[in-house]
Amino acid sequence: MIVEVKDLRFKYDDGTEALRGIDFSMDRGETIAFFGANGSGKTTFALHLNGLLRGEGKIQVAGLAVNDGNLQKIRQKVGLVLQDSDNQLFMPTVLEDVAFGPLAAGVEVREGERRAKDALERTGMLHKSGKAPYHLSAGEKKRVAIAGILAGDPELLILDEPTTFLDPPGQRSLQTLLSALPQAKILITHDIPFAASLTNQAVFFHQGRIAAKGNLREIVERFDWQALTTS
Amino acid sequence: MHQHARIERWARGTGRLHRLHPAAKIVFVLVTLIAISSLRQHAVAACGSYLALILLLAAATGLPLAGLLKAAATVLPFAFSFALITWFAGQGERAMLLVTRSYVSAAAALLLVGTTPMPALIGGLETLRAPKFLLLVMQFLYRYLVVLFEEAGAIRDAGASRGGSLRSLQLRQAGAAAGVLFARAYQRANAIHQAMVARGFEGTIRSLSPPVFRWQDGLFMTLFCGVSVALRVAFQ
Repeated sequence: MIVEVKDLRFKYDDGTEALRGIDFSMDRGETIAFFGANGSGKTTFALHLNGLLRGEGKIQVAGLAVNDGNLQKIRQKVGLVLQDSDNQLFMPTVLEDVAFGPLAAGVEVREGERRAKDALERTGMLHKSGKAPYHLSAGEKKRVAIAGILAGDPELLILDEPTTFLDPPGQRSLQTLLSALPQAKILITHDIPFAASLTNQAVFFHQGRIAAKGNLREIVERFDWQALTTS
Repeated sequence: MHQHARIERWARGTGRLHRLHPAAKIVFVLVTLIAISSLRQHAVAACGSYLALILLLAAATGLPLAGLLKAAATVLPFAFSFALITWFAGQGERAMLLVTRSYVSAAAALLLVGTTPMPALIGGLETLRAPKFLLLVMQFLYRYLVVLFEEAGAIRDAGASRGGSLRSLQLRQAGAAAGVLFARAYQRANAIHQAMVARGFEGTIRSLSPPVFRWQDGLFMTLFCGVSVALRVAFQ
């Protein structure tokens, strides 16, 4: 198991009960799509997996319990790609941004640079190494954000609305990139075709609970979750 | 283009000054600022000499001189307001000194930030043993200043797209817009901080290319600190 969660509960400071007893598990290398309405708890749940939020219940990631003593190790094992890449890219150049994670983990400078270049090569962004992140297109920013995560060599990737801001070629290119990555992946998305191109497993969140887990097509039909149909 | 983006672009250059160790440039600019701030007489001539020195270095490293002079003028409205008070108090020469010192000091600071990218600047301050907490505050201030500008730009565009402009805002509306701006910037800042923590940030940002202090850096520092002090002594 890469993730094992038992009876996870979480309340925001304003009293909103965001998670009401989540049980969830997934295997290494598996890809699962998270569906559900806005505010149903998908992102809140994902933020618990690398300890950014701390609720009640038991969480184990890659064999490690998510607690204060393990946070740094957990964050190396769980790569979180945010919906808005602009929030994720904060260093002055692409290369420095991608190297941020390894250097923060205490890796030597040369090794950090090697890992960053390797991750940029895998995402097809090595030629943009010296550029400032804010000069990139939305698709390029997303690739750099993913490279920044891959440089840390995580075992689990969490992608929050990965296709937001991407044009169709950008979405196809992201799909090709993600399908080539061996890590376990959680896709938090409303984009059913994109999710279906990467996995046939899905979880449906409803009001802070997991309402269903299983085959993606069956879940989409059961909850009438197809956005639009084309004639 | 925003001023900060322009200065950041200058800082990414590869000129002679750009290649120097940030600590050497920080020490030079610090000595120059102290020398300028301690001027009491011959204000215009002394400040003119310091400005000439700054422009000489800027030209040698390929910074746009007109751009630098224009950017340094940003401090003038503030300097003029204080100078005006001093002028009305009957101290004309002091008022003049205030304006010229502020302008030349701004030019000196721009020479530093225009030839040193922010992470390198912070690295230089670290070399000089500046307190870590101060450096952390600087890093975040710099990052979030950009966020603030971006959010302000987005609000301005949203207003303009509905036929409004910042100038057409009433005082109350302007206050509300400022409130929205800070709330949005706070949200963005939180998201950025979350992203940093998620990638293992624990209070220190390490650079890929920590600079090494070479003999050329020492030579520059000694030579130009000497020039600054000599100018100060000359205008005693």
